[in-house]
Amino acid sequence: MSVLLIADVDQGALAPATARVLSAVAGLGPVDVLVLGDDADAAAAEAANLVGTARVLVAKGPVAVDADSDAIVALSSGYHFVVQSAGSVGRDRMPRVAARLDVMPVTDIIQILAPNRFVRPIYAGNALETVRDDQPIHVLTIRASAFRAAATGNAAPVERLDLSMQSAVRLIATHRTPSDTPDLATAQVVVGGGVALGSAENFQLVEKLAKKLGAAIGATRAAVDAGFAPNDWQVGQTGKIIAPDLYIAIGISGALQHLAGIQGAKKIIAINTDPEAPLVKLADVALIGDLFDIVPKLTAELERLGVKR
Amino acid sequence: MKILVAIKRVVDHNVRIRVRPDGSGVETTGVRMSMNPFCKHAVEAAVQLSEAGHGDEIVVVSIGPKAANDVILTALAMGAHRGLLIETDAALETLAIAKLLAKVVDEETPDLVLLGKQAVDDDSNHVGQMLAALTNRPQATFASEIKVVGQGLEVTREIDSGRETLALPLPAIVTADLRLNTPRNAALPQVMKARSKPLAVRPVAEFGVDVAPRLVIETISPPPERVAGKTVASVTELAGIIATDLSTMEAL
Ligand SMILES: Cc1cc2nc3c(=O)[nH]c(=O)nc-3n(C[C@H](O)[C@H](O)[C@H](O)COP(=O)(O)OP(=O)(O)OC[C@H]3O[C@@H](n4cnc5c(N)ncnc54)[C@H](O)[C@@H]3O)c2cc1C
Repeated sequence: MSVLLIADVDQGALAPATARVLSAVAGLGPVDVLVLGDDADAAAAEAANLVGTARVLVAKGPVAVDADSDAIVALSSGYHFVVQSAGSVGRDRMPRVAARLDVMPVTDIIQILAPNRFVRPIYAGNALETVRDDQPIHVLTIRASAFRAAATGNAAPVERLDLSMQSAVRLIATHRTPSDTPDLATAQVVVGGGVALGSAENFQLVEKLAKKLGAAIGATRAAVDAGFAPNDWQVGQTGKIIAPDLYIAIGISGALQHLAGIQGAKKIIAINTDPEAPLVKLADVALIGDLFDIVPKLTAELERLGVKR
Repeated sequence: MKILVAIKRVVDHNVRIRVRPDGSGVETTGVRMSMNPFCKHAVEAAVQLSEAGHGDEIVVVSIGPKAANDVILTALAMGAHRGLLIETDAALETLAIAKLLAKVVDEETPDLVLLGKQAVDDDSNHVGQMLAALTNRPQATFASEIKVVGQGLEVTREIDSGRETLALPLPAIVTADLRLNTPRNAALPQVMKARSKPLAVRPVAEFGVDVAPRLVIETISPPPERVAGKTVASVTELAGIIATDLSTMEAL
């Protein structure tokens, strides 16, 4: 039972999600990690260093799912599992790969019960579906946030492949959110802000607290729609799924679409004026009050306590 | 150009769903149903393209029970021209849905197919990508902006690192994200007019597609419940808790 894991590569580096997906699937069989892209050497070296990688396969070429999904289909004949993280790239690519293989994929997996039995959330995480997949080849996406990262210290061989990839699509612009905070989907601490922040300037209260805690920054859809935070900070059913050890939610009501993204959080702290807000009701710790009063004081107090990460 | 929009009838996104105690599924009887929100953005995008002179005809298709006529009527009231219901009472897998839609694409030969990026019931996020694979068309998923440029499209997508803009030739498949537009609420005269627009109903069997499920759903269960914690009285107390948490957190 061998596994083809497609790596997530971001600006030439291996994204943190890949090490987590690797640890999730390592029990299924030997894992070959496929690294795609024009600038894949550094990521390939990182993948080779992960415990659980049997081989790294490197294929150069433009990353466009219409082209590379056919290349992956051609490669998949030697594998029982074709897997990627459930990030925006895997979500875009894997259903295309599955349909080409005439396979029904199982996506957003949060638990692997057996090589053919998986758990995935539905209805924004308000129900969990256990599915059995007896197809000869399994096409899967895995939620990185639900698994721990594979250890490093391996030296798997790196092989080059020549896959012909022709795309009809042209990338003409990228708009990256500049950020020096940790990767949101895999961060250990996340500070999230809601529409109550009122403006992009005020949202810096959230950013300052996050910086103090070495945390990633999250936002609600309402805050993103209002232009207070970039779209890639959105947490929830349609944004990123997070599972930090600590989530601090500031001025966030806790709509079920937002809760969908934070169900894996170990501990939730809520700061809200409304003691009846759904998020306050399920938080481990809540402080009721005005965020504009609380958050600057909290940041200063943590500074005073010498908190550093 | 001709635009095909695929839409799904789902449990309304404001409903707090209930998992049946016997693990057989989510209770849908007596529950408010409506058009999947993402599909609404897809319909709105089609209507806006048409209003801007880019859409000669908008055909909407839904696959589901007879009651899915409702969401087709909603789309017709929003401005689509013609509807098709592929009728089935079975809950089909996304692969079967994509195969049925591929047949519709064969028949209708649209220049653009618009879909919602995911349905809020099964949260699959599959069908647009699968349809693109089955029809050999380029895809732009999670769209937050669609522009017609020359003979093709420029589509801005929301992705994990921010946004990116793709240029793609037609025919193509595009799936809608929530920031693509603000769907309109049709006024009463439009709702009345929708009833006189053509709406064909055809059984699934007519399409000659094998829709047998590939997966077995063993159980559907509620997620573990979170229990309410405590309320602290002061910022100092909260800071103390956070400081302790951080110092005991396992280094990753
Ligand atoms: C199909 C669909 C998908 C969606 N996907 C997502 C998603 O992925 N992620 C997401 O987040 N949302 C999503 N939403 C939107 C979601 O339903 C809510 O609208 C949104 O999460 C609300 O954001 P909010 O908590 O910032 O705003 P609100 O619900 O308006 O809450 C603001 C909160 O701030 C509190 N507050 C106000 N002033 C202060 C103050 N001075 N100090 C402290 N607290 C204060 C209020 O008491 C309130 O609890 C989706 C919706 C739909 C229909």
